[in-house]
Parts: sequence; C-alpha cells; structure tokens
Amino acid sequence: MKSLPEILKDIRPEFDFTASQDFIADGMLDSFDMVTLVSALDKSYGISIKGTDIVPENFKNLQTITALLKQSGVQV
Amino acid sequence: MNFTFHRKRVSGILTVVPANERLFVEEMRNFNFPEARSLKLKEVMGYNKRRMVGPGVCVSDLAVFGLQRLFERGALRREEIDALVLVTLTPDHFLPPTSNLIQGRLGLKQDMLCLDLNQACAGFVVGLIEAFMLLEQESVRKVVLINGDVLSRKASPKDRNIYPLIGDAASITIVERDPEESTIYANLKTDGARGEALIIPAGGMRLPCSPETALLEDVGDNNLRAKDHLRMDGTAIFNFVQVEVPPLIEALLERAGTAMEQVDFFLCHQPNRFMLQKLADKMKVPHARMPNNVVEHFGNSGGATIPTSIAFNLSDRMRSGSSQVCLAGFGGGLTWASMLMRLGKLDFCELVDYP
Repeated sequence: MKSLPEILKDIRPEFDFTASQDFIADGMLDSFDMVTLVSALDKSYGISIKGTDIVPENFKNLQTITALLKQSGVQV
Repeated sequence: MNFTFHRKRVSGILTVVPANERLFVEEMRNFNFPEARSLKLKEVMGYNKRRMVGPGVCVSDLAVFGLQRLFERGALRREEIDALVLVTLTPDHFLPPTSNLIQGRLGLKQDMLCLDLNQACAGFVVGLIEAFMLLEQESVRKVVLINGDVLSRKASPKDRNIYPLIGDAASITIVERDPEESTIYANLKTDGARGEALIIPAGGMRLPCSPETALLEDVGDNNLRAKDHLRMDGTAIFNFVQVEVPPLIEALLERAGTAMEQVDFFLCHQPNRFMLQKLADKMKVPHARMPNNVVEHFGNSGGATIPTSIAFNLSDRMRSGSSQVCLAGFGGGLTWASMLMRLGKLDFCELVDYP
C-alpha cells in the first residue's frame, strides 16, 4: 500500500509534501485536489471519509490528514 | 417547512436533451490545467459526456419541442392543460415570462395559468410542490411542470470548476389528480443568507451586463471567469449538501413513518458523482439505490437532473409499475427540499434528443 506522501505525490508530483506545514496556503492542494485525494484515500484504505470532514482544515499538512485517517477508522 | 398532499400523482415524464454532445477529454484542453490532473478529476467527479445547446437555443425551444412531441403522439392534449409551471434560471427574456411564450407558441388555451419560478437545483421538488398546490383548485385538473435550463450559455469555457459539469436539458412532467387514495410528503428549507455561494453576479438590475462584466478575470486555481458567468463556491456547496440534506430526508421519512429500507430509490439532484457517493455513504444508502450517472452522460442540468435520471435509469420500471421514491433537490438559493411519493405507473417516461 502506498504511503500518504506517495499518494499526495501521485496527485501533485511537482511538490514535496514533507516540506510544507500548510498545503492549502502554499498552493499545493486546491479544492479539486482535496476531492481527488479523498477518493484515493478511500480506495487505498477501504474507507469512506465523511463528506462533512472534507474541509480545508483537515488537509493542511501530513499530521492533519493522518488525524483524519485515524478518525475515519484507519490504523495509522 | 412541511407539506402533505393527497390524491395527486405524476403521470408522465419526458426529458429533452440537446443532441449536441461534448466530450470532457476534448474540452479539457481549454483549461489552463495539466492533463493528468484533469483525467484524475474525470474519474472522481464523473465528467465524461454532456449535452449542450447550440448558439441561440433557449429553454422555450426545448420545452416546445418536447410538448409538441407529446401532442403529436396523443400522450397529452392542448386543451387539458390548466397550468404551465416553468422552473428556470435562464429565461428567454426578463419579460414576458417564458411560460407565457411557451403557451403562445403552442397555441394553448387562454383560460390557464402560466408561471415562471426562479429556482435552481431544488427546482424539481419545488415545482412539484407548486403543481400539487395548484391542483387543490377545482379549476385545475392537469399541470405541466417544466424544469429547464441552458446554463452552458452562462458558464465560462475557461472555468474548470463549472464548465465541464454543466449540461442543458428541459424536462416535462405531467402532474394531475390521482383517482387512488395516495399521500405525498414533502419538506423544504431556505437560507438566502448563503445565497452568494451560487450566483450569476451580473445581468440583473443590481449589476446589468456591460462590456466590463463580460471581461474574463483570473479567479485563482487557473480559472478565468466573468461577472456574467455562473460562479460556485464548490467547497461551501459541498459542505452544505453533506450537512443539510441527510437530516432533511430523515425528518421527511420519520414524518411519513417510512424506513430508509422501504424506499426503493433516492433520486437526488446530481451535481457530480463524488458528492452523491458521499451523500449515500453518510445516509448508509447503497449506491445502486441512489443513481449518480447523470453528470457522466448528460451533465448537470440543475432542476432537470432528477427527471433526467428517472427517464434515463428507470424508464422501463416506471412504465410497468410503481416504486417508492424519495426525491431530494438542493442548491442555489440556498434551497433544499425532499419529497416521498409512489412514482409510477407512468403513461410515458423517456428521454429524447433535441436536434
């Protein structure tokens, strides 16, 4: 299974996601990237991230996305 | 707000879509956006094919074409139409009402009511509520509800947020009294304070169209859009749907004493596939019972997506028998509404191309 940074890299190969603490403010993820990411995470981990959790705050950095995965039932 | 109607029914649905089909893989080159990212979005959102009117084609053209077809085959007679309700965001003119124009072009009787309603994606449910209310009058026996929009004419071809998902269509729904005992439940909510989440800023009296409002502006995310164009705060709308729609439907079913499992189909407005899949997951409804393929085949045609979905996905079933359906429309306004009814056996239920 791909790691979270690898999944992010698939979506935006031009960025180093380990070097940012705010993907949204740094222009690395827009709203459509978030949707693409949620779809990829749902498939990779066999989950369905709640629609109400798809808000920019949950996609700021690796820590917030990891917290979202835990909240969605993934053993990270 | 709750509504209850007795002895009313939908007796037929005809959806008219332009024959002109556009493919996302061809249009994506218009966006200032890497192809690989566009293809990922295609997969997630369901962008594929959509139907778009040619230059100058208006809602009345689609509606007149569909109604003429019904007259020609004897599925509807001119003289039995007592009211014509048109729900649209894209009228032919400010004045006269487009419903009056349709009445005039078809030579319908003068002794009838024509009504234009400005509603967006909740327009099918809102239109049905209006039609059922009209049928409470002794003089109204048959209502033609038209949900039609040509929103492609108000979308910027350089706006990846809007352009690839918009489709044009007009649905004609015949609403009449039910000789059988039947009850229809509906509920509706409104929040104008969030109205700017879906807006066409220019073109009304607040900001008339001008050369300035036609200028394309860089609105971020590599999108170009003018004030004349449809604008959507996608994140706000997505969250609005996920937060507001499930409790609306739950309240409707509870009032009707109907369990989720007793509903054969949840026929929701279709903004995109992803949003509907998330809605179905939240409501714990299997995806097969909440069809989500209208954007993929026709594009998002606002208030017409629900009848388009019925005509495209359930035509045979609706002509041969009836199903318990929960309708849900949500979007611009903001307005969100749901309705529980038995739908079918319909006299006709089909989708036709406007040449």
